[in-house]
Amino acid sequence: MAHTTDNANVTRRDFIYVASASAAAVGGIVALWPFIDQMNPAADTLALKEVEFDLSPIVPGQIVTIEWQKKPVFIRRRTPEEIKEAEDAPLADLKDPQTDDARVQKPEWLILVATCTHLGCVPSNQLKGDFGGWLCPCHGSHYDTSGRIRKGPAPKNLAVPPYQFLSDTKVLIGAAPKPAAATAEHG
Amino acid sequence: MTHGDYTYKPTNAFTKWLDDRLPVIRLMQETMTNFPTPKNLNYWYTFGGILTFMLGVQIISGIVLAMHYVPHETLAFDSVERIMRDVNYGWLLRYMHSNGASMFFIAVYIHIFRGLYYGSYKAPREVLWLLGIVIYLLMMATGFLGYTLPWGQMSFWGATVITNFFSAIPFVGESITQWLWGSFAVDNSTLQRFFSLHYLLPFVIAGVVLLHIWALHVPGNNNPLGIDVKGPADTVPFHPYYTTKDGFALVLFVLFFSYFIFFNPNALGHTDNYIQANRLVTPTHIVPEWYYLPLYAILRSVPDKLFGVILMFGAIFVWAFLPWLDTSRVRSCKFRPIYRQLFWILLVVIYILGYLGAQTADDTNLVFWGLELPIGKLLLARICTFYYFLHFLVLTPVIGLLETPVPVPESISKAVLAKKGA
Repeated sequence: MAHTTDNANVTRRDFIYVASASAAAVGGIVALWPFIDQMNPAADTLALKEVEFDLSPIVPGQIVTIEWQKKPVFIRRRTPEEIKEAEDAPLADLKDPQTDDARVQKPEWLILVATCTHLGCVPSNQLKGDFGGWLCPCHGSHYDTSGRIRKGPAPKNLAVPPYQFLSDTKVLIGAAPKPAAATAEHG
Repeated sequence: MTHGDYTYKPTNAFTKWLDDRLPVIRLMQETMTNFPTPKNLNYWYTFGGILTFMLGVQIISGIVLAMHYVPHETLAFDSVERIMRDVNYGWLLRYMHSNGASMFFIAVYIHIFRGLYYGSYKAPREVLWLLGIVIYLLMMATGFLGYTLPWGQMSFWGATVITNFFSAIPFVGESITQWLWGSFAVDNSTLQRFFSLHYLLPFVIAGVVLLHIWALHVPGNNNPLGIDVKGPADTVPFHPYYTTKDGFALVLFVLFFSYFIFFNPNALGHTDNYIQANRLVTPTHIVPEWYYLPLYAILRSVPDKLFGVILMFGAIFVWAFLPWLDTSRVRSCKFRPIYRQLFWILLVVIYILGYLGAQTADDTNLVFWGLELPIGKLLLARICTFYYFLHFLVLTPVIGLLETPVPVPESISKAVLAKKGA
């Protein structure tokens, strides 16, 4: 080849090859990204962030299922026995150890994302399982009265969504608790 | 590949002219009509043709169903009901398509296990076998995507469970599932992309089928004796011998298919899919379509989520290694007294797994056709899963080395003539 630089083996043509291949690779990746990212949740989906719910009609022992971010959410008004059961469970028995206290803002109200952490079914409100909480009908995961996984294939406890109490009977799901409010509840 | 007689010879001026420009008649004749085929193929070898036919049925019925179906969460379920009640012959088209999927899987399982029995995966047909696995995986994906579209309870929760397999991936699992859904759960966005992909994948399957047929035509067909073709005496031209045989088998298969379409169209489905999807309630007993049941049983037999998903996919991927795991030089099980028995044991184990996959997810004793057996369902599923992998990873390579095969015949032609007493 005709035109050499100080390094006898590298020609200007080699530089053009490398530069054009790099430009094509980077350009390809840049062009690919919109086709990948369009699959992610769209702006209107992301906008469904918070939902307000009135707790007053719920009686002790009752579980209601509401929708938040297209996911089911359990709101369970626990009876004193259920609270005691949840608080007394020895942490050593738990697959995903967490105290009941860390999972509720007010012990009476258990608020959980009702998506089994195994493969995403909704645990049944009727079949309470071996631990008085929920049994997932799909693959047999048992949850206790704090929504913690006790038996079966699910790896994690039912998730606690971010929420804050707007008043004693109103809860806003999807919004993190105000620090001051949260302290007041626990105190 | 083509022995003297089988070569295409243009007969008139036009075909000569065309052959010099686009040898399409040559291609068709040499690969379809004249193709030299072992003379001893039995009826188990007709399922390749049946599968090609079924792919055509699914594509044609699917294209017309897409003219009436609406991929939207509020309209999908009703549009399917409208197809059933109001669209002219809509019921027929939908029952063809939904039962057609089951027929497609029945045929593909027979085709796969025929290949296993006669050792069709062995050299020089490894690529043919691997392409077959690709087709099977694409079929599973297509079947799953399509099952979501009617947007019934089983559609929705099936889609939820399957997409959640990806949430088992450490660290990025949740981001990947949300990317697949386009939302925080299975949603309208999921339905629309599933429809798009369900329309696309059958054409991808058709493309891989062409490669599969190409890979078949390089070494030619295996045969029930599993020995190589030695000369022209061992073969007959594909047409008319196997077009007739395949055609006859196809007629019988279509009769079987028609029984389901016309007399028992919902036998292979699940009644819960006639309830519109409800994201707040999971049906108490969700089961996949029958063709996924053994895999589903493997998934459920493992207490750990990630490992369960890995084993389930591993149950298919292990097939890809079979050409190298099988150490025997004899192809056909006909001449392998021990491995032949293992083949049938494997079939029974897969059947039991399928049966277990349809049971509820509690650990009670197995009730088999009304008879309670003294073994827990979970334990049995674990034993069968263990055996399944033992078969491929241990028994297949070991037996291949230890077994003394029965002597194979000298040639296909001699074996055929000996059988006829000539």
